[in-house]
Amino acid sequence: MESTIIKSRNFNASFGSNHVVKNVNIDIPRNKVIAVMGPSGCGKTTYLRCINRMHELIPGATSSGEMTINDENIYQMHPIFVRLKIGMVFQRPNPFPNLSIYDNVIAGYKLNGIRLPKAERDRVVEHSLTRVALWNEVKDSLTKKGSFLSGGQQQRLCIARAVAMEPEVLLFDEPTSALDPISTSTVEELFHELKTNYTLIIVTHNMQQAARVSDKTAFFYLGELVEYDETKIMFTAPKDSRTQNYITGRFS
Amino acid sequence: MEIRSVKYRIGKNYGFKALVTLFAFACVIPLLFILFFILKQGITKINWHFLVNVPKPVGELGGGIANALVGSILIIFFSSLIAIPIGVLAGIYLSENRKSRLAYWSRLCVDILQGVPSIVIGIVAYFWIVKPLGGFSAISGSIALAIMMLPIVVRSTEETLKLLPSSLQEAAFALGMPFHRVIFKVVLPVGISGILSGVMLSIARITGETAPLLFTAFGNPYLSFNIGKPMQSLPLLIFNYATSPYDDWKDLAWGASLVLLLWVLLLNIFTKLITRKWKVQL
Repeated sequence: MESTIIKSRNFNASFGSNHVVKNVNIDIPRNKVIAVMGPSGCGKTTYLRCINRMHELIPGATSSGEMTINDENIYQMHPIFVRLKIGMVFQRPNPFPNLSIYDNVIAGYKLNGIRLPKAERDRVVEHSLTRVALWNEVKDSLTKKGSFLSGGQQQRLCIARAVAMEPEVLLFDEPTSALDPISTSTVEELFHELKTNYTLIIVTHNMQQAARVSDKTAFFYLGELVEYDETKIMFTAPKDSRTQNYITGRFS
Repeated sequence: MEIRSVKYRIGKNYGFKALVTLFAFACVIPLLFILFFILKQGITKINWHFLVNVPKPVGELGGGIANALVGSILIIFFSSLIAIPIGVLAGIYLSENRKSRLAYWSRLCVDILQGVPSIVIGIVAYFWIVKPLGGFSAISGSIALAIMMLPIVVRSTEETLKLLPSSLQEAAFALGMPFHRVIFKVVLPVGISGILSGVMLSIARITGETAPLLFTAFGNPYLSFNIGKPMQSLPLLIFNYATSPYDDWKDLAWGASLVLLLWVLLLNIFTKLITRKWKVQL
């Protein structure tokens, strides 16, 4: 029996008077890959950013309703604790340009002022880079700047940076839309690896990707959660006609 | 007919290009003339003795500008101590809260402050600081100059931070970093070259300011390290000695002008080097 980790009840989010996420109810199971798909502007990224409270950093952004992690209300926790539990990877790779590869991986500790013994730091860096299949590529250039890597490597470095904090959930905001096809497939393979330890929520507007990588898929349209089901069912026998139209390409 | 009109247009084109080039070149001339003139007048006066001695009374040979050099350095040091923290922190606020009402008014005031004539700042400093304190002092000069530095530091910090991609801050926030750490550990280190170049330019700007110091630091013919008392500075020395009727005092002013000019030039070159060296590749 799968256990629920993230739960939303009647969740709404807005930018000023622009209501972008409408009354979303969703249960996200532990150690699964969840794809969130939908056309541009459907509120999927905003919903994702509400999960780790990045949404509220934008001036004028508001939200209401219930969002819990392990039955604890995310909006009653301090955002810093939320973000330590729920890591995030962005659309464009964004390693810290002033830090080395090593320091980028350990950034969550180093920049937060959490002191670790050297041996422990080395272990975290090696372990995190190994998890994202980057260790062999960069182990001889750990002191080089992160921006010296290729786009796909940078994105994996960013995943390693999030993984290093040992979060429970990892959020991905269109993680491969700025990557070439080979880097994309490397990152997609990672998702299968990572779900043994983490719950992955991936926003994508690439339907094939959603079908390839996810266990469950949520379809957002005009701010509403239209349908949420096992990926196999979503792509073979969707219940809602809007989902049907979307996956058959009648609108995008 | 056709060909002739085209040829005429090509000719006109060349003419315009020549004009633009000519004026671009013309902009170089004033600086070259100033450099040449000051160098010619000042180079013979400058030596080690000139830099480490205080001015001699009229009629005695020798003497230098040590008091003015020390004074300028001290006054600028204290101005920087006041203006840099305030300016950088205010710049951070302005770039973080671009649309808030406070940011609007703050930005407007800073822009207007930048346009306030330096002599007005001097007079205000005289009435607000020198008079209540009961006398001229170097620190009142530092405060007046800090007011002049402030707009440059604020705006250069703001402009630098505005250009940083928001993804940088998002990366930091997503790792659970509190705001102050995002600023001090991520935003400032990445923007350091732009902020420093603004700071250096503001220092170069106030180095030559005379008017605010006339009412505040006042000048002092002797070497002084006491910031609570009147103090000499390079522009004040130039002003006082160049307008004196004595030739050896005028010579001293020429030498001091060259030192001041070299100081500002070196600051500018240094700024360029720092900007290049510390620039973080995004």
